[in-house]
Amino acid sequence: MTDPEQYKVRQEPYYQPQGKEVELYAAAYRKRLPVMVKGPTGCGKSRFVEYMAWKLGKPLITVACNEDMTASDLVGRYLLEANGTRWLDGPLTTAARLGAICYLDEIVEARQDTTVVIHPLTDHRRTLPLDKKGELLQAHSDFQLVISYNPGYQSLLKDLKQSTKQRFTGFDFDYPAPELETTILARETGLAEEMAARLVKIGQVARNLKGHGLDEGISTRLLVYAAMLIEDGVDPLDACRMALVRPITDDSDIRATLDHAIDATFA
Amino acid sequence: MPSTPPLPDSVRAGEYHPPLMQDYRARLDTRFKEVEAVFEEVMAEALAVLGREDICHYLDAARVIGKLGRGVEPMLTFLEEWPSVVRALGAEAVLAEVMGLVMKMHDSPNSRAITPFLQTLAAVARTLTTRAQMRHYLEIADDLMTRTTGSIHGHHTTFPSPGLPDLFAQAPFLLAQLSLAGLKNWVDYGIRNYSSHPQRQTDYFSLQSADSRAVLQRERHGTLFMDVERQLDLYLRGLWRETEHLLPYSTAFDGIRRPIPYHDKLGMRVPDVYDDFVSPFSPGAEGALKGIKAGAEGAAGLRVSGLDRYRATLAHMVGHRRWSQAQIADNWSPFQRMAVEFFEDCRVETLLIREYPGLRRIFLALHPKPVEGACDPETASCLRHRLAMLSRAFLDPGHGYRDPLLNEFVRRFQECMAAGASSTRDIAALALSYVTLSRRASDQFARIHFANTVIDYRDDNRQLWRFIEAGEEEEAFDEPRQLQSEPAEGLPPRHYPEWDYQSLTWRPDWVSVYETLHPKGNPAAIDQLLLKHAALAKRLKRLLDLLKPQDKVRIRYQEEGSELDLDVALRSLIDFRGGATPDPRINMSHKTSGRDIAVMLLLDLSESLNEKAAGSDQTILELSQEAVSLLAWAIERLGDPFAIAGFHSNTRHDVRYLHIKGYGEPWGDDAKARLAAMQAGWSTRMGAAMRHAAHYLKPRPADKRLMLILTDGQPSDVDVQDERLLIEDAHQAVKELDRDGLFTYCISLDPKADDYVSRIFGRHYTVIDNIARLPEKLPELFLALTK
Repeated sequence: MTDPEQYKVRQEPYYQPQGKEVELYAAAYRKRLPVMVKGPTGCGKSRFVEYMAWKLGKPLITVACNEDMTASDLVGRYLLEANGTRWLDGPLTTAARLGAICYLDEIVEARQDTTVVIHPLTDHRRTLPLDKKGELLQAHSDFQLVISYNPGYQSLLKDLKQSTKQRFTGFDFDYPAPELETTILARETGLAEEMAARLVKIGQVARNLKGHGLDEGISTRLLVYAAMLIEDGVDPLDACRMALVRPITDDSDIRATLDHAIDATFA
Repeated sequence: MPSTPPLPDSVRAGEYHPPLMQDYRARLDTRFKEVEAVFEEVMAEALAVLGREDICHYLDAARVIGKLGRGVEPMLTFLEEWPSVVRALGAEAVLAEVMGLVMKMHDSPNSRAITPFLQTLAAVARTLTTRAQMRHYLEIADDLMTRTTGSIHGHHTTFPSPGLPDLFAQAPFLLAQLSLAGLKNWVDYGIRNYSSHPQRQTDYFSLQSADSRAVLQRERHGTLFMDVERQLDLYLRGLWRETEHLLPYSTAFDGIRRPIPYHDKLGMRVPDVYDDFVSPFSPGAEGALKGIKAGAEGAAGLRVSGLDRYRATLAHMVGHRRWSQAQIADNWSPFQRMAVEFFEDCRVETLLIREYPGLRRIFLALHPKPVEGACDPETASCLRHRLAMLSRAFLDPGHGYRDPLLNEFVRRFQECMAAGASSTRDIAALALSYVTLSRRASDQFARIHFANTVIDYRDDNRQLWRFIEAGEEEEAFDEPRQLQSEPAEGLPPRHYPEWDYQSLTWRPDWVSVYETLHPKGNPAAIDQLLLKHAALAKRLKRLLDLLKPQDKVRIRYQEEGSELDLDVALRSLIDFRGGATPDPRINMSHKTSGRDIAVMLLLDLSESLNEKAAGSDQTILELSQEAVSLLAWAIERLGDPFAIAGFHSNTRHDVRYLHIKGYGEPWGDDAKARLAAMQAGWSTRMGAAMRHAAHYLKPRPADKRLMLILTDGQPSDVDVQDERLLIEDAHQAVKELDRDGLFTYCISLDPKADDYVSRIFGRHYTVIDNIARLPEKLPELFLALTK
């Protein structure tokens, strides 16, 4: 039996609630409802799940989904050994056994037929049939399934099936409001509020350009990076260019605009 | 010049010595009455700037010009203009070079241009300011003269350069707009394109023709609006969340009254070009500007790039849009309105700076710094000057003005702004009280002190005012003018640029492509052709069946295969160990199935197609028709989406793109009818046609997109003398297509084509020597290409 302690979140992750999501999540957990977290990249989805696992004191098993993932990567498989075969639980099965929160990150990356295996776990049955093993696993009473995805993905192929979507309760995440984001930056990195506010301002500029050459605006995560660099003593102009502008675009016009925004903000 | 006879020692510059005048007259040696009349005045001016030696050279040069036999005009002009030239360029001006050019014009048929040359010389010298630049200018003129003087259409007389007098006449204007390098490009362009067309050359050099102005616009110095338009859009959207349209207005042709930026219902109007701005004061002295990297600018003052000037202008307008409320203007005097405008401008700028502190640097660098006391209230109206000082002080904490009233108002302004955004009404009240308190009788004077009071990034504030009495009521009865739009015939032309290989630049919107449906003929004719080639079709059909599909598909559960399928292998082993019969199909392999190719077939329909093909009694056109029919039939059978179009051209203004079959259309009677009616005429402007065809091929969702071009000769057109030009342009088009992921392939029917075809298409071409076999070659070629 796997040790559930290793999946526990030991330290309190810093999370700044934007609305009522903490209470709502707690309520969903009390009823063991599956949860879906939507939002653009770097807005705090994973941090939120981690925080909730800590707050509820439950182990958290995270799976980063990808296109090559098969159902057995989630459920488990037989392995060959010298004198026979041995069953190895996949992360989903482990979580269901242990009573952990299973977090499937970026679920749309997995192929649609793969994600179907989660269906029996996400309705009233709360079971996971292990057909290869001939076992019908009844999920632990503490088990909960959480998925995240980024709806900004402009691809016809990458979307969730309706039958999958309709098994979840949902949270819509977005980048926090400027004042809140400022607090987050200051708190996360120890940067002065005033400086953090300027970073947030630059973030806003880039978010206004979304769809005009930028697929996504500057994420809170990148702002945190910039703040870390500034906190470390890097010149704010350099830090912003390095952490905020260079990663997100190669379009020279957008670069020039963002560079100007940086200059205008840090005068 | 050592041969100059010495003048008496008593001659000194600026002194008037009647006996000496006789010497000068003798030296000039002229009997023109007009010269006699102004001689003494001219000499007085010349003596003021020229030394003894130079006076002699000056008079010698004038004498030579006077004896050229062009009448009094050139001599008189030279006498009057030269002192100004010397004043602009310094004492040892470029007399020798100028005289060299004059003599050269005299020796060629261009002596008519001497007068305009001398007339604008002083104005040119004033803009050029250095002798080296003056020499460049003379070289450019010399170049134009040499290259455009000559015989036309093989006549045995030489003609003067048609454009030269116009160039001289326009030179001061041109140099105000262009750098010398720009002028050189502009002149080069004119020579290259109009050297064999005297009337159009004249139009070009006198700035009458449209492309003359367009090229001028492109070569202007400074930051051109069209170059930074997208950046400015992004700037508005990103920093200010504005989506207003930006509309440029021209500053080139409005010398007397420069338009000011403004915004109205249609959008924000900004100048089409901004030069970099170097503020006249040094940044070190400015308290507010400390901490700005002054290194590179040094004592020359702050430099503001043209782009930043655009940004400042836009930010200011955004400020008004955000925070200004229109005020009723009827009860306020013009002075009061002016004061309100100044105060309101400062209010919005203060708010803008609050938003982005970095804007202060740009605003202050662009804002003039009026000198306290520069305006004398006894002789001139100083209100403007006072307001400009106040405006400076509002924005610049380190203004350093001592006037108590001014400082009092700066304090009140800041108090007003401290609470928040304030409002136009409050700030207007403050402005009115300033006008009242600072009023002087001299404010009414007609002489207004303007120096250092023009703040050129600010708009004209037309949105700030509302007039009640302008009588909107009467106008309300006027019907808004309805623009009669004529029903369009066919599609409007699309404009494409053309590549100029000599200057390595684009000629903007150079070619007009008109797209029309090809007229229809009898579709049965095509079916007849297909019947005629039934045997060939049968052979093609075998080829088609062999054609392999392209897309990769994985096949699992193979006993033999290219890769081990791990999952299946593991499962088999488990079964084996568990005592069950293992599945031996543990490999997987790949196969290809399905094609995803979109094809565009572009036919050259130029006049040469009407010729009989060598070794055949059919014309090339007929053979092409057969070949295309067969190819279309073959592609149809393969199921690839394809389109067919033809093109020919009659100068750049009329390139016809004839639609024969589109992607959405079936290969049915309509398409066949158009193909049957195929006719040839005119010339081959290939680049434009390819660009237009690409416009249809590019959006196709296929994996591979192929453009086949069937042509029988090299690109050419009646309005292009330079053979290489259209070849290079077509090559450029191929590169563009390649960049967009379109594959181009040329099938040339010109046996001598290798040379230019490889220049255009690289290695993607086939030359079909035996044109009679085209009908079988073309489909085979296509199949080979897409196998």
